[in-house]
Formats: sequence, structure tokens, C-alpha cells
Amino acid sequence: MAGTDPIHQFVIQDMFPIHLGGDGTAGSGLNISFTNSSLFMVATVAVISLYLILTTSAKRVVPGRAQLVSELLYGFVANMVRSAAGTSGMVFFPLVFSLFTFIFVANMFGMVPYFFTVTSHIIVTFALSMLVFLTVVIYGFLKNGPKFLKLFVPSGVPGYILPIVAPIEFISFMSRPISLSVRLFGNILAGHITLKVFTGFIVTMSSLGFLGILGSALPMIMAIALTGLEFLVGSVQAYVFAVLTCMYLNDAIHPSH
Amino acid sequence: MVTQVYAQEAAAPAVEHVDAAPGAADIHADPTADTHATTEAHGGEHDSGVFPPFDPATFPSQLLWLAITFGLLYVLMSKVALPRIGSILENRKSIVDADLAAADASRQKTDAAIAAYEAALADARSKAQGIANETREKIQADLAAKRSAVETDLTAKVTEAETRIAATKRDALTHVDEIATETAQTVVGQIIGDVSADSVRAAVAKASKE
Repeated sequence: MAGTDPIHQFVIQDMFPIHLGGDGTAGSGLNISFTNSSLFMVATVAVISLYLILTTSAKRVVPGRAQLVSELLYGFVANMVRSAAGTSGMVFFPLVFSLFTFIFVANMFGMVPYFFTVTSHIIVTFALSMLVFLTVVIYGFLKNGPKFLKLFVPSGVPGYILPIVAPIEFISFMSRPISLSVRLFGNILAGHITLKVFTGFIVTMSSLGFLGILGSALPMIMAIALTGLEFLVGSVQAYVFAVLTCMYLNDAIHPSH
Repeated sequence: MVTQVYAQEAAAPAVEHVDAAPGAADIHADPTADTHATTEAHGGEHDSGVFPPFDPATFPSQLLWLAITFGLLYVLMSKVALPRIGSILENRKSIVDADLAAADASRQKTDAAIAAYEAALADARSKAQGIANETREKIQADLAAKRSAVETDLTAKVTEAETRIAATKRDALTHVDEIATETAQTVVGQIIGDVSADSVRAAVAKASKE
């Protein structure tokens, strides 16, 4: 039954067990083993880095196809950062670029059968969104000092509404890392579960004889359509994460709305 | 459930897994028990019965490896890949700009050359016209001079010839009486014999007067 269990694809397996502390035996202490998740993180980073570095090593003035892809990716993210956070936001360009490519490639890896999806774990997406959140808070206070708190006081709002508006702004600001991480995690998790459930239907139904095989065409069509949809969701979520990061960073650079 | 816990803890009895087991047992009562039995074969799974994405036992490993890999990605992007792509784009822009500037300079040079050529052409044309005019005038003057010389010469010759003709005519006219006398004398002599020259002459004079 493991083949049709929709949850099994998210199970983390130790590949090279490493344990800190504990009694020295496997399974005790802090488990920081190299897992299948770690493997795909490494694969994601390796694919991005190798592609970008190898295709641009020739530094051709007239680019080939591979180099053009790297340049277009660069231009795409650079325009995103510049339009959302302005030219002064370009200090965060490497961060946004890394986030976008990491999530995008991890999502694309996740679409390959039997591959592990790094972004289907809330801790990963939460860590990435906390990275963005802390960058915003720390950079915002370092650059603007106390003026950063203007973020919670929208300009043009009458003084007597401020006691209501400021807490709302504060809560919405504090919930950003949660919404950012849950959006990505939820989309990827739900998509993969749905995909697995429908493909599981195919297996279950076709084991029911001739009519079952005929009937399994329906979940088959659904699975094919969902696969296309998941590619779209994987790309769009990476884009959404990057765009929202740019907008949050914009708050750190220009705190007054 | 007993088999699951047993299988996992057989290798290493750990406090946290034992703690997780009672809660897990409630969640995963029966339906997935066989799943776990199967997956145990892979070994090393954090299968404490919790929904895997919410299993805190996997968090340290994920966070550590995410930090390592994402940190590496950030360093590689910010130090190697992005500056390189940026320099490629910058370089291309500067080359295109330089080429455009060079093309503009060349065009201005071409314009200047065309203007110089046209000025030289106009100059040469006017000079040629001048030379042509000069030559034509010289030839005309020469021609006029020669013609007038010839004309003077001709006039002189005509005048001379006319004078000569007039002289010859006058001379000839003076000889007419004499010839007529001689002829008449000879004719008369032939008809009636000798007559004196004086009488003939007188007769001729008389006849010519009539």
C-alpha cells in the first residue's frame, strides 16, 4: 500500500545519520542527519549554481541559448526587485535571486516522480520566510532607526483612528512570515497530495477488472491535468514568494507608505 | 503499532521517540500501520507517526542543511554568478554604446566628406567654366583678329584689283579707235584698195561720234 499512500512522499529518511549529543548511539540526541531532503537541497543548489556559472563562463557578447537563459533569469529577477523596491533595493538582489531560483528549482525537482519536494515541509518555507522577515526588521532598523516604526503609522490617517490602525498594521506585519511560509508550503503540499491521490485512484481502480481499467481513465485525465497545474503552481509560488519578498524589503527601505 | 515502535526503537531506544509514540499511536491507529511496516524497510525514517511535514524531530536536520545549502547558494550567486552576468550585460551595453557612438562619428565623417566633395565639385565646376569661358573668349578674339586681318587684306586686294581693272578698261578704251581704224583700213583696203590712214581715222572718229 505504500505506493498509493499520499503522505509517504513527504517522509524524511536519513541517508547519512549524524547525531549531536545523546548517548552516542543512532537515533539519540539532536538529529542533523543528511536526509533525502538535504540531498534535494544540495541538488537544487548544485543545479542552479552549475547552470548559472557554467553557461556564463564564456562571457560571450552575443549569447548562446544557455547563456541567454541565465541572462533572462537575471533580468527577470532584477526587474522584479527594481520595480518593487527601487534601485536602492538592488542590495537585496542576490537574496531575492537566491530565494526565487531555490524555490523554483526545488518545486520543479518535486515534480519528478520519486523525487522529494524540499518546499513541502513547513520548516523549510518558514525558515526562508523568517530569513526575509528578519532581514526586513534588522535592515529596516539599521537604515531608518526609530523611523522604521512609521511603517505602522500610515500617512494621511487621522490621529484618532491611529489606535485602531496601528495595531492592525502591526499584526499584519507580524503575520507576514506565517502567510509567506504557509502559502508556499500549503500549495506544494496540497498539490502533491492531490496528485498522489488521483494517481493512486488509477492503481486502485485498474485492479478492479475491466470496468475499473476503463473507469481509471478519469483519474488519469485528472492526474495529467493536475501535473500541468502543479508545474504552474510551482512556478507561480516561487514568483509570488520573490515578489512578496521584494515588497517587504521595500518596506524596510522606504518605511513610510 | 507495537511493531512500528519496536522496529524503530530496536536499533536505538531514544527518549523523544518513546515520548512521541503514545500520541502517535492515537493518530495512526490502524489504516497506516501496514504502511509503516513497509517503510521501515528503508530504515532511518523519522516515522514517529506524526504527519511528516509537522514532525519536529526532522526540523534540526532540515534547518541545518537548508542553512548550509541556501547559504552556499547565496554566496555563489552574490560572489560569482550574478556579478558575472551583470558584467556580461554591462560589457554588452558598453560595446553597443561604443559601436553606436563610432557609427555616429563615422556618419558625421561621411557627411563632412560628402560636403567637402560637393564643395570641391562646385569649385572645380566653376573653375572649369572659367577656363572654358576664357578659352572661348581667347579663341573668339583670335578669330576676330584673324578675320579682320583677312578682311583688310581682302579689301586691299579688291581695291587694287578694281584699280587695275579700271586702268585696263581705260587703256583698252583708248585703243578702241586705233583698232577700229586698223580694222576699217584693212577691210576697206580689201574691198576698194589702198586708202590713206588719215581719212580712215577721220571716218572712224566720225562714226564713233554718232
